[in-house]
Amino acid sequence: MVVIVDYGVGNLFSLISSFKAIGVDAVATGDKAIIESADKIILPGVGAFEDASKKLFDSGLAQVVIDQAKKGKPIMGICLGMQLLFDCSYEYGVHKGLGLIKGQVKPIGEVIPKDYKIPHIGWNALDFKGKSPIFKYLNQGDFVYFVHSYYATDCDESVIATAEYGANLTAAVQNGNVFGCQFHPEKSGEVGLKILKAFCEM
Amino acid sequence: MITKRIIPCLDVKDGRVVKGVNFKGLADVSSPVELGKYYSDNGADELVFYDITASSDGRKLFTDILKQVASTIFIPLTVGGGINTVEDFDRVLKCGADKVSVNSGAIKNPDLIYHAAKRYGDQCVVLSVDAKRVNGKFTVFAKGGRENTGYDLIEWVKRGVDNGAGEIVLNSIDTDGVKGGFDLEMLSAVSKVVSVPIIASGGAGNKEHFVDLFNAIPKVDAGLAASIFHFGEVNILDLKKTLKQNNIPVRL
Repeated sequence: MVVIVDYGVGNLFSLISSFKAIGVDAVATGDKAIIESADKIILPGVGAFEDASKKLFDSGLAQVVIDQAKKGKPIMGICLGMQLLFDCSYEYGVHKGLGLIKGQVKPIGEVIPKDYKIPHIGWNALDFKGKSPIFKYLNQGDFVYFVHSYYATDCDESVIATAEYGANLTAAVQNGNVFGCQFHPEKSGEVGLKILKAFCEM
Repeated sequence: MITKRIIPCLDVKDGRVVKGVNFKGLADVSSPVELGKYYSDNGADELVFYDITASSDGRKLFTDILKQVASTIFIPLTVGGGINTVEDFDRVLKCGADKVSVNSGAIKNPDLIYHAAKRYGDQCVVLSVDAKRVNGKFTVFAKGGRENTGYDLIEWVKRGVDNGAGEIVLNSIDTDGVKGGFDLEMLSAVSKVVSVPIIASGGAGNKEHFVDLFNAIPKVDAGLAASIFHFGEVNILDLKKTLKQNNIPVRL
C-alpha cells in the first residue's frame, strides 16, 4: 500500500486518483502507525516551504518520514514535498528541511535570465542524468508539468533529471531509496502515471 | 525548453457540455467526462471547465461532474464560472481543480484575488478578463461581456497581478467569434506590462492563427479556444504538429 503523508498542505485529490488509475491502493493519512506500515511513502506539498516544514516537524511526521527513509523504504517527494527532502530552503528566510538529500533550495530567479517568467510553469522536457528506476518506462525528452519558483541546488550527486528553463533546473533527484520530483507526476498525463507506476513497482 | 500550451475550454451547464461535439469514438458528445478525457488523450495541455449554471442545483451537479473529470484526467484543470468568494475557490479545489479562474467576481470584489492567492498561492489564481475597445481604449467588461465596467484593461491587469493573480486569460470581445485571428494588438499591450503567463483567447479560426500568435508575441504562453476544437475545425494534435514545423516549442 502507498501512503500519501497528509500534513495539511495541499490538495491530495489528484494524487489519490492517479494511484487509482494505475491500480494501486493509496491512502492519504497523518496517522503515524499507518505511515509506518506503508510499502511506499509519498510526501506531497504545495505552497510555502516555511509553513509546510513547520507543519511537518510540529506534527512529528517529519521524524516518521526520516525514520522510514533510513530503514530503506522507498519515499517520493513531489514538488514542495521534494524540496522538503533537502537540508534547507532559502524561501523567505532560511528553513530546515528533512536532510534526506544533501543540498539546498533557492529562488530560480538567481539562475535564470531576467526575461524568463517566474514561476516556471507549464510542460517542459526531462533531460536524464544517469539511470533511475523511476524513469524505467520513460524516454529522454518526455514532457512533464512544472509549477515552481524555487529549485534544488548544490545537489549534483543526486540529480537524475534536469529541465532547461534558461538554466538547467533540477527536475528530479535520488539518494538511494529517497526520490524527489520537482514537477507534478499526477498532472503530467501518461508520462507522470508511468513514473508513479515505476515507483510502485520498486 | 518550456512549451506553448494549447487549451480547450468547455462550457458546462447543468452537468452537460453546452456545445456538443461529434468526435469519432465519443459515445456521449455532451458528457464533460468523456470529452475531457478525449481532449486529454489527444494533445490538450490543460483543460478549462467553465460553469455557466444558473441554479444552485446545477452548481451541485457541476461539482459532482468536476470530481469525475478530475479523477479521469491527469493534466492541469482550471475551473471558472460563478467564482465570487474564497469559499467558491475551496469548493472547486476540493473537487480536484488545480487552478481557479475569476472574472466578474474579481470586478465585484477586487480583494478576492488577494485573499485567494494568500490562501492557495498565486499559481492557483487565474484572472480572466473580457476586454474590448471603447473610444480607442482597451476597456474591461463584466458579466460575459455585457457590462462595461469603465476600467482600463492595462490598469486592471496590473492590479490583478499585484494582488496575486498567477496567470492572465485575456479574451478580446472584439475578435471573439470572428475567427479572424487573435487580437495581437491587445495581447501585445498586456504582455508588455505583466510578468505572469498570458493565455490568449478569442478569435482563433485556424491553425495559422496560433502560429501568428506565438510568432508575433513570444511572451504569450498559451492559446485557448472552444468552438473550433469542439466542432473539429482544428484538431489539437494537427495544430501542435504545425506549430512544431514552425519552430514553436510544443509537447507532442
